[in-house]
Amino acid sequence: MRSAHLSVVPLQGGEARCAPAVELRGVGKTFSSRSGRVDVLSGLNLSLQSGEFLAIVGPSGSGKSTVLNLLAGLDRPTTGAVLCQGVPVGAVNTGIGYLTQHDSLLPWRTVEQNIAVPLELRKIDRAEIADRVRELIAQVGLDGFERHYPSQLSGGMRKRAMLARTLIYDPPVLLMDEPFGPLDAQLKLVLQAELLKLWSVRRKTVVFVTHDIVEAITLADRVLVFSPRPCQIRLDEPINIPRPREVHEVRFHPAFEEHYRRLWAALEPPARRMS
Amino acid sequence: MSTEVLSDTRAEPMFGQSGRVRLYRTVFVVAMLTAWQAASGTLLDPFWVSSPAAVFKTLVEWTASGQLSYHLLITFKETAAGFILGATAGVLFALMIGASDILHRTVDPFVTAVYGVPKVALAPLFIMWFGIGLAPKIVLAAISVFFLVFFSTLRGVREVDLKMVDALRTMGAGRFAVQRMVIFPSALPWLFTGLKLGLPYGFVGAVAAEMMASNAGIGYLTQNSAGQLDTAGVFAALFALMVVTTLLNEALGRLESWIFRWR
Repeated sequence: MRSAHLSVVPLQGGEARCAPAVELRGVGKTFSSRSGRVDVLSGLNLSLQSGEFLAIVGPSGSGKSTVLNLLAGLDRPTTGAVLCQGVPVGAVNTGIGYLTQHDSLLPWRTVEQNIAVPLELRKIDRAEIADRVRELIAQVGLDGFERHYPSQLSGGMRKRAMLARTLIYDPPVLLMDEPFGPLDAQLKLVLQAELLKLWSVRRKTVVFVTHDIVEAITLADRVLVFSPRPCQIRLDEPINIPRPREVHEVRFHPAFEEHYRRLWAALEPPARRMS
Repeated sequence: MSTEVLSDTRAEPMFGQSGRVRLYRTVFVVAMLTAWQAASGTLLDPFWVSSPAAVFKTLVEWTASGQLSYHLLITFKETAAGFILGATAGVLFALMIGASDILHRTVDPFVTAVYGVPKVALAPLFIMWFGIGLAPKIVLAAISVFFLVFFSTLRGVREVDLKMVDALRTMGAGRFAVQRMVIFPSALPWLFTGLKLGLPYGFVGAVAAEMMASNAGIGYLTQNSAGQLDTAGVFAALFALMVVTTLLNEALGRLESWIFRWR
């Protein structure tokens, strides 16, 4: 028994090297409340290669954010297993960067102090923190706003600060939950372009939740369409638009229309039912 | 551009308004004092109500003899010591109990029950336990401050934005780091409300204990003047106390607006 187990180990070790960056195996999640039990996810399988950019679209309440919370370890699956870099997610997963749609900057800290938080938590010395904060602030284009408090920033600037705070500790996996949702169209394009630029340099694995199909096609290597709950994957669409992409140009690429049509068709039924 | 114009037009009457308020306050004080002075000796017997002039005279005499600063300083010391002890304990307990839902729900009814007891009623007990020195006054002031700061801070701890807590946890923050970086700063406005509410109650505690058993402090001065049927003395002692609490509250307000400059 024991020897049999041991003989498997090298094989697993070999597997771990090319293990998916993110994997869900038969994941189910049931929320129970006073009004009853709700199955948000059931039997969900999903795997992501390292460096892959995945977008998830789906109707509201289809469990998109739940998937991110499970990956972040802020929630436990009711059934199945969640793995990150081949390791089961037990407690809070600190190997990811989670950019939520909510504003979670600390209002009593300035921009630079906010961006420094993950490094302070890692007990990195002050001089290095200052250097890396300066570098990140330049990358996300917040120069000149280092000493501002979040309440003095616009919505787009706060998103940039949150992005910088997420990137500064260099997590291999990024979870993004409608990060550009409430922004105006123009600003959205600017930030998408910057995200693509940063991603092409750092090649992180990204799970990007949105309900904007155009945004999903523009950014992702692969787009999943979720059905209403209990969530199933309706469509798994690889995006055949070469990189580097220009966010303004993507929608004029010949493949775009076909992708858009198929994604919209997969999304449409519930929308029609609702109206 | 348009917002600039808007804030300009709004800012101007605001300034004029606060100037007017200051004027009205002065008018109010002068009117009250004049009415009091006029009524004393004509409508009302000065033996019972004294008069602003007599109170002022007493204050000048006490200041000259050093009596006022002596007694004020004693009351101030008692209150300050009690305030610091009570506030520190209140904050620490609130952070500790607020961190655990089970603990919070377990102790809540007991703390609320004790909170309902009038703290002044405990003064005789403390005098029995700690004698007639500074100790019972400090303890009574501390207890009075403790509950206000505790409840206020606890409320702040319970209302912390859980999104911020989750964000910090995914960045790698442990329990202690979450307390230090999120919970404490976000409870700070509530803590300050508790401090500002607690400060006058700290004085109430100290003065009440002084009135029962002591030979110094503003409470003693009030009690002693009343014992000699000196109404001007009673008013003078209370007036001095009022000035001190108002100044301290103002100082707390300044400190508050400095700490919350991020708002």
